[in-house]
Amino acid sequence: MSNEKQVDSGRRGLLVATCAAGGVAGLATAGALVSTFQPSERAKAAGAPVEVDISALKPGEMTTVEWRGKPVWILKRTPEMLESLAKTEDKVADPTSKKPYTMDLPEYCDKQKRSRKEHPELLVTVGICSHLGCSPSSKFQPGPQASLPDDWQGGFLCPCHGSTFDLAGRVYKNKPAPQNLDVPRHMFLSDTKIIIGKDEKGEA
Amino acid sequence: MAFVEKKLPADAPVVDKALNWVDSRFPLTKLWNDQWGKYYAPKNFNFWYIFGSLAMLVLVIQIVTGIFLVMHYKPDATLAFASVEYIMRDVPWGWLVRYMHSTGASAFFIVVYLHMARAFMYGSYRKPRELIWLFGFAIFLCLMAEAFFGYLLPWGQMSYWGAQVIVNLFGAIPFIGPDLSLWIRGDYVVSDATLNRFFSFHVIAIPLVLLGLVVAHLIALHEVGSNNPDGIEIKENLDADGHPVDGIPSHPYYTFHDIFGVTVFLTLFSAVIFFAPEMGGYFLEYNNFIPADSLKTPPHIAPTWYFTPFYSILRATTSEFLFVVQGGIAAYVAFIYVRTKLPKTIKMAIAGIALVAIAGMMPGALDAKFWGVVLFGGSVVILAFLPWLDLSPVKSIRYRPDWHKLVYVIFAIAFVTLGYLGVQPPSPTGERISQVCAVIYYGFFLLMPWWSAAGAFKTVPKRVTFSAH
Repeated sequence: MSNEKQVDSGRRGLLVATCAAGGVAGLATAGALVSTFQPSERAKAAGAPVEVDISALKPGEMTTVEWRGKPVWILKRTPEMLESLAKTEDKVADPTSKKPYTMDLPEYCDKQKRSRKEHPELLVTVGICSHLGCSPSSKFQPGPQASLPDDWQGGFLCPCHGSTFDLAGRVYKNKPAPQNLDVPRHMFLSDTKIIIGKDEKGEA
Repeated sequence: MAFVEKKLPADAPVVDKALNWVDSRFPLTKLWNDQWGKYYAPKNFNFWYIFGSLAMLVLVIQIVTGIFLVMHYKPDATLAFASVEYIMRDVPWGWLVRYMHSTGASAFFIVVYLHMARAFMYGSYRKPRELIWLFGFAIFLCLMAEAFFGYLLPWGQMSYWGAQVIVNLFGAIPFIGPDLSLWIRGDYVVSDATLNRFFSFHVIAIPLVLLGLVVAHLIALHEVGSNNPDGIEIKENLDADGHPVDGIPSHPYYTFHDIFGVTVFLTLFSAVIFFAPEMGGYFLEYNNFIPADSLKTPPHIAPTWYFTPFYSILRATTSEFLFVVQGGIAAYVAFIYVRTKLPKTIKMAIAGIALVAIAGMMPGALDAKFWGVVLFGGSVVILAFLPWLDLSPVKSIRYRPDWHKLVYVIFAIAFVTLGYLGVQPPSPTGERISQVCAVIYYGFFLLMPWWSAAGAFKTVPKRVTFSAH
């Protein structure tokens, strides 16, 4: 006793078309909802270069400024600190910064000191570890200490997963962080004033 | 079918009439009887069987206290921290509601870990309870998401940097990673946009999913019936009425049994809320009483204790450790080739995947950070496969060879050690120990198909072990 009716192919076609149209509208709506997760126009607009007065910075001192919501370290290195970079050269994973984190090492920076050639003492680097984005702490004091190797030359230690960096922001071998710290494009406006996020070529 | 309403005598009590009216339109009595009232549970439940009910209780506590917290909290990067302190200091009894919620979060994980430990011991995930286990696993994932999203809301230092680290985990995925973490954050750094969306996930999206999963977990449980410490299927032995001989209706028996457990739990819970709400920095980390500062990571950051076993595995994955992982994978594939009777194509597929993974771990290929995230995620996901990894002929640990108990103890020690090391600052010794524990953790699961079936098993009795008390 079959009760099945003949399928009306015209109506079946309309049914399929309606489902397809509904599906497209549904997908488009889902796409709109997913897109709301992207950075807003306001978030994109915030990112202007930052000017920093470094006249008060003494050798061996570091100051931190905010650029694009991230900490940027400005470290005025002493001659001893600069010498330590030769000793760490073969202990760091990528001594010439071939594999950058989010930005290439600016071409006007020295490969070892990772600072502008005319001001080798001044390290400008984004203080965000390339592992999972923590901000490493300063461990400038050389020698054995907690969480650090005995032949420590001074540098930075990431508190989250123990990555260590030398005084040029180069990551040591065998650490969770895969890349060196970023060196943003920067230039000197005068001997005591620098700008971060902008250089002779324009804004980064 | 025509609508038929049962006719009650005219002098029936009004309550009966009202219930009859409802039952004709909605299966209220049927639901109660199926899900609890006449749900026959094994009579030999022990201490370990209280944690399911307690998890339900904590869920209710979290939802109710959460509703009241939202009335005073402000999901705004400039106001969030102060609004939590406002709840703590100015809202009448606000501190109690907040401490109930923050302690509830840790209590939830304590209860759920013990609930899972019970399943491990008595094989509660085994056939026919695989779906109960999978729903439970999904609940566990939701809980982790709830805890993670919720932890950002106070906008303290730990909130901020914890979110930064976890969101950046997604950045380790090749090609799409950096864009994916940008998409999750909604900004180039963790910011107001991130706080707002995490708030939305924490108060509505995840709780909705969680409630649905809890319902599915319970429906599946009450469909196939509860396991018990002997791992015996009580439904295989029915009495004249069709009820399991070794079963008792949940109401009133387990109603009162559970109320007793609840009073003990609430005593302990209250003690923590009133005397140690921060639990020495484990339930509420001290650094989270400092407002979020995007320029400075606290000297020691660690996730809250319930994430640390998995987090330690992440931290243990260094480029050095990858050589061990490569060796482990190679040995595992060799083992599969020699010791299993899988079809050749499957063996080839396994070998192919292993080869890709080993090549990906070579220096210069995908870095240790990516593999850390894979091993971290894998350590959670592997739990879902438990029903198919355990091939022991008996469910309960009671009837397994004695040395199996030792395997479980070693696994438990490794898990707790990973948890402990995860709250400690990174150190070279800690790193080595956590690597050993990570190997034990993975070995426990990956080798389970063999060790769980090995040894001399004891005879499982026909009836549950029970002495009247």
